Amino acid sequence: MKGFYLLLVAVAAIGGGVLWYGSQRQAAPVPSGPVAVAAADGFRGYTLGSDAAPIEIAEYSDFECPFCASFATVQMPVIRTQLIATGKVRWRFRDFPLPTHAYSRYAALAAQCAGEQGKFWEMHDQLFTNHQWAQTGKNPRGLFRDLARGIGLDLDKYDACMDSQRYAGRVQASVQEGEARGVKGTPSFYVNGRPYQGRSASDDFKALVDSLTKKHK
Amino acid sequence: MIRRQAIVLLTLVGLLVATYLWLYKIGVLGELKCGTGSCEYVQSSRYAELFGLPVALYGVAGYAALLALGLAGLQPRFAADRRVSVLLAAFATVGFGLTLYLTAIELFVLHAICRWCVASAVIMTATWLLSIADLRRARATTP
Repeated sequence: MKGFYLLLVAVAAIGGGVLWYGSQRQAAPVPSGPVAVAAADGFRGYTLGSDAAPIEIAEYSDFECPFCASFATVQMPVIRTQLIATGKVRWRFRDFPLPTHAYSRYAALAAQCAGEQGKFWEMHDQLFTNHQWAQTGKNPRGLFRDLARGIGLDLDKYDACMDSQRYAGRVQASVQEGEARGVKGTPSFYVNGRPYQGRSASDDFKALVDSLTKKHK
Repeated sequence: MIRRQAIVLLTLVGLLVATYLWLYKIGVLGELKCGTGSCEYVQSSRYAELFGLPVALYGVAGYAALLALGLAGLQPRFAADRRVSVLLAAFATVGFGLTLYLTAIELFVLHAICRWCVASAVIMTATWLLSIADLRRARATTP
């Protein structure tokens, strides 16, 4: 019996030690688990702006990426006002969750599930504006639900969508499309199908769009 | 006695697994070591909470109760006590029922498997079988 208690103490000590070690060490980001890829449904990303706009800018973005958040909150409002609202540009958002981010794919699914209820861009804005979730490393599920509630989503439908990973195939198809186009990091931009190498600043986009629209005229 | 020893050992491991999942859930651990499983996804789903509390916390409480009962049952004065066997079987049955429910959710609703949840399910199933065997033995030896 004494040997049995020694075994128990050893198991408890080893297990407790592992848990303590895990809680002390800074968690390094790891790839999200593989997602079952459904057949692509032909979806090519949510867009902002007129279908008749002469220029299309496709953005490959990752909701957990800090540069994407900075772009979405600082540059994008100006781009929306100056280029999208004026009918010059149609903006296409493509998911490119990086494998080094634990929750970016989950965030992409949340945005897609909001999109199912017609509120993709509202969720997009919320995910980037409330970006503290990406810095804490904590499970953001509760926060995402709060954001979903905040923008007026039907939570039962949202939960059902998230639980079934309904749009995992779309997200994966978007990643594969980006990889095929040579996307290496986020955010990456393609202007009328050509890779954009400039700065991710609204002024630079405006200058490029102005030069391109002059050519169109 | 060997059954109760096995129950104690199993529930200790189960307690460690549940504690690991609970620490992740409350944000103490930044990530789950999951290999090729879908731990993050399962743990992020709405089914990872029950009545507003993390399911893993129920696991911690359940395994801790079973461990305490098992340890008590190993003491000489309780070794032949049928009440310990009844309580062990009752707690293990509740745990086994919850395990069946959660495994069904993984398989048929989420279509995703969390390795740690599978480990806990195996531990709880073995604990339940052992507790039933212990109860049957206690019945058989009761005068």
